[in-house]
Amino acid sequence: MQVAAETIIRAVDLSVFYSSKPAVSSVTMDVPRNQITAIIGPSGCGKSTLLRSFNRMNDLVPTATVTGQVIFEGRNIYDASVDPTEIRYLIGMVFQRPNPFPKSIYDNVAFGPRINGFRGNMDELVERSLVGAALWDEVKDRINQSALALSGGQQQRLCIARALAVEPSVILMDEPCSSLDPIATLAIEQLMHELCEQYSIIIVTHNMQQAARVSHRTAFMLTDERNTGGFLVEYDESNKIFTSPEDERTEDYITGRFG
Amino acid sequence: MALMTQGEFARRKQRRVMKGRIFYGLCLLAVMISLGMLGVLLFKIGLDGYARLSWDFIVKDIGIDWNWPFLHIDWAGPSRKPEEAGFGVALVGSVYVVGIAGITSFVLGVAAAVYLEEYAQRSGFSQAIRINIANLAGVPSIVYGLLGVEIFVRMMELGRSVLAGGFTLALLVLPLIIVASSEAIRAVPSSLREGGFGLGATRWQVVRHLVLPQAMPGILTGVILAVSRAIGETAPLIVMGALTFVPFTPGGPLDKFTVMPIQIFNWISRPQKEFHEAAAAGIIVLLVVLLAMNALAVFLRNKFQNRLEG
Repeated sequence: MQVAAETIIRAVDLSVFYSSKPAVSSVTMDVPRNQITAIIGPSGCGKSTLLRSFNRMNDLVPTATVTGQVIFEGRNIYDASVDPTEIRYLIGMVFQRPNPFPKSIYDNVAFGPRINGFRGNMDELVERSLVGAALWDEVKDRINQSALALSGGQQQRLCIARALAVEPSVILMDEPCSSLDPIATLAIEQLMHELCEQYSIIIVTHNMQQAARVSHRTAFMLTDERNTGGFLVEYDESNKIFTSPEDERTEDYITGRFG
Repeated sequence: MALMTQGEFARRKQRRVMKGRIFYGLCLLAVMISLGMLGVLLFKIGLDGYARLSWDFIVKDIGIDWNWPFLHIDWAGPSRKPEEAGFGVALVGSVYVVGIAGITSFVLGVAAAVYLEEYAQRSGFSQAIRINIANLAGVPSIVYGLLGVEIFVRMMELGRSVLAGGFTLALLVLPLIIVASSEAIRAVPSSLREGGFGLGATRWQVVRHLVLPQAMPGILTGVILAVSRAIGETAPLIVMGALTFVPFTPGGPLDKFTVMPIQIFNWISRPQKEFHEAAAAGIIVLLVVLLAMNALAVFLRNKFQNRLEG
């Protein structure tokens, strides 16, 4: 794990503002390929905002403005020539609460490929995606039934399968386990371990144990009373962050002294 | 320790219970008054119109032959003799006019609502537009009639035709449909949109595949209300000149027409008692058509809802 991995996403002096209020201020970090990178920090420190700026989901918030750069595969995704829909096709996302579409399980998974104009074998792709999300065995007999009938944990794995079906290179996960019970959480954590062989994963989490368990690298963010927006305090190998952090504020946070 | 003595508590409790009972009684009374009025209306109309109600009142004759259009229906039309006066021509006229109005306003209204909710920036200007659309729903319908005469009858030279009438009613109910559709679209959870965008969908794909199917039950409810209103509208069509004696059903979109409420109005304003009975029978037909349309729309809405929840 100590081997320096190739970078897939590089944020350079990235700041995000809502109206004129800063939410993230000048974050610079390299996200490694085929690893799990965790972003931790107290509520309101801008970690979700940072995550959402990696696939231009913040474009959907009319008041949001982004400065700085996000370099993905050699180009700045905020460049005027870049179409955000293409970025979201390459960088998938799993949300805090499971948000299956009110359609069948099959149509949920097939949605992404269909809208992106996939013309290959859809049945095979749907099966492969559901297997990849460790959901296939549970749903293979009721693939045409409504996705809303699944349990919360199954719905979240369906959302992962839905993201996998588009075959992105990066998957962003915004507190994917926050509405799940411990068993479903464990299933998703195991899944993430398997997924990171093929995908690069960035996960925002409130749960420090989760970050310590699953991630290779961890970024710790904070915001201060002067309202400067969330900034990066420390970003390093997870082993190091959780055993011998450099910064005193990181140590205070992971030992539960504040936050 | 307690807030008050037991005797005091019991006394106050009795008063609270009493107030609750009075409120319950008032609410019940309100329902009784509304339903009672409706009951009296239905009873009176039923009594007056029942005798006139028969198939002859709607259709004079049906013929089938092997030439296009195979089925010839001779709809019962108005007559100078009260016992021969029929309601079929007005019924068909209403179906044409309301059909045109429904389709036109549905397409325009939903598209406008999609624009306002999904595309327009949330600025003061768009907020002002939203409020004014809601206000338009309260403009007296006769004003829309004058607008229709000016634009459709004169400027577009459609004459006093089915098409002009349908378009006028479409304008009239458009605000209702826009407001209802906007609310239905706004009620679609944003997590659904995010899910779509997160997979690389364009705004149009998100609207087409996720937002509209989810909003459709609500939109259809708005359309039901709008069409129900259009079917009973009289004033704007009178302004347009639909009050003329029209003995034949419209054959094409540019033909003259009359509609059910106007026919009823026409009969009621005549002195003969037989015409008044015809009017009562006409009201029954109008109510039946209204109920049937509402039932159809409720059926459609439930079907959509079930499909979503599968």
